[in-house]
Amino acid sequence: MVQSKAAVIRSDLDIVIARTMARDVAKTLGFGAIDQARIATAVSELARNIFLYAGTGNVTVREVEKNNRKGIEIVCEDQGPGIANIDLVMQDGYSTSRGMGMGLPGAKRLMDDFSIRSQENVGTTITCRKWRN
Amino acid sequence: MESLRIPILKIGDILIASIQVALHDASAVQFKDDLLQKIHDTRARGVIIDLTALDVVDSFIGRLIADIAAMAGLMGTRVVLTGLQPAVAITLVELGLELPRVLTALNLEKGLTMMQRLTEESDDGSV
Ligand SMILES: Nc1ncnc2c1ncn2[C@@H]1O[C@H](COP(=O)(O)OP(=O)(O)OP(=O)(O)O)[C@@H](O)[C@H]1O
Ligand SMILES: [Mg+2]
Repeated sequence: MVQSKAAVIRSDLDIVIARTMARDVAKTLGFGAIDQARIATAVSELARNIFLYAGTGNVTVREVEKNNRKGIEIVCEDQGPGIANIDLVMQDGYSTSRGMGMGLPGAKRLMDDFSIRSQENVGTTITCRKWRN
Repeated sequence: MESLRIPILKIGDILIASIQVALHDASAVQFKDDLLQKIHDTRARGVIIDLTALDVVDSFIGRLIADIAAMAGLMGTRVVLTGLQPAVAITLVELGLELPRVLTALNLEKGLTMMQRLTEESDDGSV
C-alpha cells in the first residue's frame, strides 16, 4: 500500500505537525529510531524554511520504491521568493536570517537524495528521499 | 496564541527544567526567556535541562540551547543537558551542530552529580 500524507505550513505549530507526520509515516514504513529522527529533523528544517521565507507552503510525505528498495519521499513546496543561488544556500553557515545556515546542508546530510528546484519570485520545491536498508 | 510554559524547579542553588512536550518555536523562545530571567532572579549557580522526552532537536532548538548556555555562562551559571536520546545526539552531529560549549550527562541523576562537582570546584576557586 502506498502511504501518502500532507501538511500545510502556516505557523510554527505546523512545523511540529509536519515532522510528527513524517516520523509516523517513516515508522510505518519500517525505518528504525535513528532514521526516524533523521527524517523528522530534516522535515523540521525544511518546514521551518517554508514558514520563515515563504510564509506558507506544503509538505507531502509518501512511500517510494526503486530497484526493489523501499523508501520515503518528502516534497516541500512553496510559492515564496525562491532561491537565486542554490550553490550558495547549500553552504554550511550561509543564512539571510541570522540563522546558523545549517538547515539545508544539514537536511541534505540527514537524507539520501536531495534536490532543489527553485525560481525567483515563483517558488521553491525541495524533494528528498531516504531509503530503507 | 498563548505558548505553553515549561516549569522550572529550584533545588538549592540549582535550577532544573524538564522539557516534556515537543516545543514549537514560540514556546522554545519563551522557555529561554523564562530560564534566563529565573537564573537572574535566583542567582542559581547551575541549570540542568532534561531533554529525555524530546525526539527531535533541530537547528532552531540546537541554537537556542547553545544560546542559553552562552548567556548563562556570562552570568556565571553552568548548564548541563541531560537525557539526550542516542538518535537525537546522532542527528545533531550529522546536522552539523555539535554544541561544543555545552556539558551533557546521561540522565538527570548523573547530571545532578556533575553539577554538584562543578559548583564545588568553583567554591575552591579551582575552576
Ligand atoms: N523555501 C525557501 N524559500 C526561499 N529561500 C529559502 C528557502 N529555504 C531556504 N532559503 C534561503 O536559504 C538560506 C539558507 O537556508 P538554511 O535553512 O540552510 O539556513 P537558515 O534558515 O538561514 O538558518 P538555520 O536553518 O540554520 O536556522 C536561508 O537563509 C534563505 O535565504
Ligand atoms: Mg533554515
